[in-house]
Amino acid sequence: MNIHHKTVDSIPSPHRPRHAPADDHLCNPFTDIRVAITGGTSGLGLSLVRELLDRGAKVALVARSRNRVECVVQELPAAHGIVGDVSRKEDIHPITMQILGALGGLDVLINNASDLGPIPLQLLADTECEDIERTLATNLLGPFRLTKAMLGSLAASAREGRGAVVVNVSSDAAVHAYSRWGAYGASKAALLHLSRIWDEELSLDGVRVLSIDPGDMDTPLHAAAVPDADRSTLKRPEVAARELADMVAAVLSRRTPDSDAIVQEAIG
Amino acid sequence: MIAAHLPIQRPSNAKVLIVDGQGNIEHRTRSEFANLLRPGDVVVANDAATLPASLSGQHSRTGRRIEVRLAGRDSLDGIRQFSAVVFGEGNFRTPTENRSKPPELKSGDRLELGRLRGTVARLLNHPRFISLQFEGSPREIWEGLARHGRPIQYAHLPTPLAVWDTWTPIAGPPVAFEPPSAGFVLDWSMLASMSARKIRFGTITHAAGLSSTGDPELDALLPFAEPYRIPRSTALMIKHAQASHGRIIAIGTTVARALEHTAAMFDGVVPLGERLATQRLGASSRLRVVDAILSGTHERGTSHYELLRAFVDDETLGRIDHELNARDYRTHEFGDSVFLERAAKPNPPRSPACRSENALPHSHLLLECLLARG
Repeated sequence: MNIHHKTVDSIPSPHRPRHAPADDHLCNPFTDIRVAITGGTSGLGLSLVRELLDRGAKVALVARSRNRVECVVQELPAAHGIVGDVSRKEDIHPITMQILGALGGLDVLINNASDLGPIPLQLLADTECEDIERTLATNLLGPFRLTKAMLGSLAASAREGRGAVVVNVSSDAAVHAYSRWGAYGASKAALLHLSRIWDEELSLDGVRVLSIDPGDMDTPLHAAAVPDADRSTLKRPEVAARELADMVAAVLSRRTPDSDAIVQEAIG
Repeated sequence: MIAAHLPIQRPSNAKVLIVDGQGNIEHRTRSEFANLLRPGDVVVANDAATLPASLSGQHSRTGRRIEVRLAGRDSLDGIRQFSAVVFGEGNFRTPTENRSKPPELKSGDRLELGRLRGTVARLLNHPRFISLQFEGSPREIWEGLARHGRPIQYAHLPTPLAVWDTWTPIAGPPVAFEPPSAGFVLDWSMLASMSARKIRFGTITHAAGLSSTGDPELDALLPFAEPYRIPRSTALMIKHAQASHGRIIAIGTTVARALEHTAAMFDGVVPLGERLATQRLGASSRLRVVDAILSGTHERGTSHYELLRAFVDDETLGRIDHELNARDYRTHEFGDSVFLERAAKPNPPRSPACRSENALPHSHLLLECLLARG
């Protein structure tokens, strides 16, 4: 698991191997934290939904397929299911409204939904323009638009001392130039840079923007990219979800316990 | 004044008319707004996002087309019950005052609004003003509003507003029915420059209601009662500013209404909490907490204009009107701005009638009467 972020590299790894019990309000930074996860019906996203519900968070998940959203909500009734496509500009505000309506605000946004690009993977020269457009729409513009629409809520959470974190799920393809991963790699590289710049710009507002690479996981996306991979060598998505949740917990744990200090800081 | 006909939130040539505490008027570009602030000031904005509150559909009993405009609510969290104004067939290109009437509405009538299903719980003593109860789970209602609703439109704009046109850069909880448009002036760069100059920024969430219904009887009741929430951080900032003689700057009339409502309840103190603003600010209102307001330019006779009379006297307002007209300021949601410092002179002593108004405001009284009779 790699955190692509200079200012996050110093986050200490939590010492405990597993999270604290969900009812432990003092030790569990996710208690009553409001989290939205895109791409929440499969792979890492679904594992994050389970992990964060287990840790006491209020969770909304977003995905394109109504059937799959309803299946997840049937299995996990505490989760709020929202049908929407983050690659569509017209869906962003309806998604935002439903998340805020369901959760009453937002503390953590996890931009997890990803598009692999052409399947099977293609050389860039053989990649259709429509494929790279769709990949950028899902992997770059979607997180940008959704984060922008949520920024007022996230900044309000930060002012209240609740913590405000955006996680953009990244990949080693964001930093390494793998042949045939052009659309995906370019989109993730852009997302990584967007995360770095936004984190720099929003630090005064108390909003953190992290780029986290969960590693090669045994997920539908990986299976589509590398159909003949040896699955036994891949990380289980629930393990990646636990690691990612620990990283977010470490950031949340640093938040000011109440807004007195935030205000004191603000007023100098 | 001329109507602002393009939905651009921060046009580069936007203007702001400034009135200081002595009644002196000057003109600046609106991008200079932050320069009007001083270290120690607290700027408070309304972070409500705007619901797509216009719902087209059908009145089941008659089969006639209708448009329902959600107009108000009693709490920020409820999603099932709203007050609403109903129009007959037509669209936003017809000014509201000329829109056709809806079919006769009766208690128990069902309305089909896209995926949403609702019932007229009761008439609020006006043929077009109803209490609307939605059916279904909160999730279904949110999805129905988000997918089927459209922002309330304005006849003076040539193209329909998209929902993103109606959200300010700091928009958060989707609880307003029309945009808290004074907040369009803000952007994140301005907030950063304010922070660098030790000017504090806080928000409240105030469910801004309809600005106009097109019906004189209903418009006379505006603004309707509006729920709002003052968060802990904003309450603390205000408390600190009050102790250190910093100014409280309201971005928009909704912020002034909310803060003054709470301050009237708590003798000038502004504790955190959710409350229902019922009063109507005007010439006789005593401002207890807000020192200055940034607002849109409003036309005489509107409730927004009346609120400005709490900040400056009628003579000054007359000069402001003259300047706005002479210099072609733009009005309406995407127009130019005014920045009014509270008049330096002491507030006139309030008459018993004024105290009565503040204690149980005019609009609220009327609404209560209507509700009781309806």
